[in-house]
Amino acid sequence: MKLGPAHDRVEVIAGLDISLSAGRTLGVVGESGCGKSMTALAIMGLAPKPHAIGGELRFAGQDLRAMPDDARRQLRGAEMAMIFQEPMTALNPVVPVGVQIGEMLIVHEGASDADAARAAVALLERVGIADPARRARASPHELSGGMRQRVMIAMAIACKPRLLIADEPTTALDVSVQAQILDLLLELQRDTGMAMIFISHNLGVVSAVADDIMVMYAGRAVETGPAQLVLTAPAHPYTAGLIATLPDIGHRQKILPVIEGSPVNPRNRPPGCAFAPRCKLVIPDCRAAVPPMVALGPSQRAACIRVAA
Amino acid sequence: MGRFLASRLTGAGIVLLLKSFVIFALIGLMPGDPIDLMMNANPETTPEQMALLRAMYGLDLPITSRYWTWLTAAMHGDFGYSRIQHRPVLDIIIPALGNTLILTGAAFVISTILAVTLGTIAALKRGSWIDRIINLFAFAGISVPSFWLGLLMIYLFAVRLGWLPAGGMPRPEQGMGGMLAHLVMPVMTLVIVETGGLARYARAAMIEVLGQDYIRTARAKGLTDRRMLVRHALRNALIPVLTLVALQLGGLFSGAALTEAMFAWRGMGRLILEAILGNDYNLALVCLLFVTGTILIANIFADIAYTWLDPRISLGKRRR
Repeated sequence: MKLGPAHDRVEVIAGLDISLSAGRTLGVVGESGCGKSMTALAIMGLAPKPHAIGGELRFAGQDLRAMPDDARRQLRGAEMAMIFQEPMTALNPVVPVGVQIGEMLIVHEGASDADAARAAVALLERVGIADPARRARASPHELSGGMRQRVMIAMAIACKPRLLIADEPTTALDVSVQAQILDLLLELQRDTGMAMIFISHNLGVVSAVADDIMVMYAGRAVETGPAQLVLTAPAHPYTAGLIATLPDIGHRQKILPVIEGSPVNPRNRPPGCAFAPRCKLVIPDCRAAVPPMVALGPSQRAACIRVAA
Repeated sequence: MGRFLASRLTGAGIVLLLKSFVIFALIGLMPGDPIDLMMNANPETTPEQMALLRAMYGLDLPITSRYWTWLTAAMHGDFGYSRIQHRPVLDIIIPALGNTLILTGAAFVISTILAVTLGTIAALKRGSWIDRIINLFAFAGISVPSFWLGLLMIYLFAVRLGWLPAGGMPRPEQGMGGMLAHLVMPVMTLVIVETGGLARYARAAMIEVLGQDYIRTARAKGLTDRRMLVRHALRNALIPVLTLVALQLGGLFSGAALTEAMFAWRGMGRLILEAILGNDYNLALVCLLFVTGTILIANIFADIAYTWLDPRISLGKRRR
């Protein structure tokens, strides 16, 4: 995927191979700017214009790249929904939350205003908001951060989508509220069987919800595999570094380990492995060519020549 | 709400009181008084007669006691007489106000709708040729002086083409058609001059709103462009635009002095101009106070309208 006008395109995402089936959750992990959110926006069809997407993008058998804009719009919200990091700014400050939820049904299912209002109250109740009839009339600023994120979720599940993309849904929330929101998402997924893409820079949060994990670095996947395997036996040095940065309850550490250096700018990506400048295991061959994804057993894959060797 | 209104109206009353004294004092400081003007009309007036007249009209008293006399009468609903027209000032102001409101009201409604529409289109098509053309017209409207525009229109539509009357008030027997014919050019002048700035402002507000997260949410929800624009973008963009519109609302009552003079429209702007030039100070004083009052009320109205548009703002209470 490339962004920018034709004469000045920058490749921001490359070589991603994701597949996700109903009822499964894919956790996407990586530092800020690694292309997690851009991947989500590309799937939704909301990536900033102008842009160019190569390869294949299929949803329930349909080729999304070939789909006209209006068909794509009808898919958004109805079949694939997205929730965002900051529920304060992601909700319209001047529209009552019940109306913001209800309009999903008006637009996608042709519901009447009265039916939509009733459905909004039911959805608010479904996401665990007390006194939903009164809260439906409230403006976003009258609700707490956790409640606002519940409103976002109610909005996203209003039309029972087959895919829910959650982009850092708990990052802006208190730790105790984070757990409640994660529980809610998992519970909804169990009930509806929707597939979920869960994006976070926080490996700990992802490990709590994901079946599979994809670790991204500089616009590419560097490791994919079942969550259990990736977390306990990371193959890529970057994944191992991320896991090492997790604070460990029970072990008092004075200083949390960090990965030295900062992510690369997509405009001047080094010729070889993008992680090479920060990698402790780097050898000269790392800088020669972009390492391909290699299978390590039946399900785990990593893009590192040290692992393949 | 009740407390808010009470405190704002009290504030407005104090401002009006202070302003009435300032205007009264300023007019008193102007060189020459009505007696001097009488002498100009009749050079044979003797100094003794002039002193007698001054005493008769109370003009020999200090300005504070003259102000007090005026204020006491005004508080009892007596705003006095026009020195030139020899009629109660209210009898003069009310018809002028009606004329002005027809003119400025029509221009206000047209220019506000036009500006919000053009600003929204320009914001949606930012950087395109439509945006550039709207910007060009906006800047042309801001830059062009209304008297020049008025003259040009009179020359073109009244003198060369003969389609419209060059100015003046319609006679009652001309009916609706006559009224419209007389209104077209002055309204057009005001609309062209007023729309530009407001359209630029609406465009900026709209661009700001379109970049907000909740617009991204609206797109993620798969809303139609129309619904996203009307239900989500426009309502937010109108909040800042309303400030400017509400301030103009107060200006409606003061009329448009230049345009009214240009097209011989008997409105407030022209009345104020003539009252000051003719040293008709009671008329000028009451007109100016009236204009101040309408602007103060328009501002209070703007604050109330804010709360309709933006539930985050509440009057009189602390923000939650």
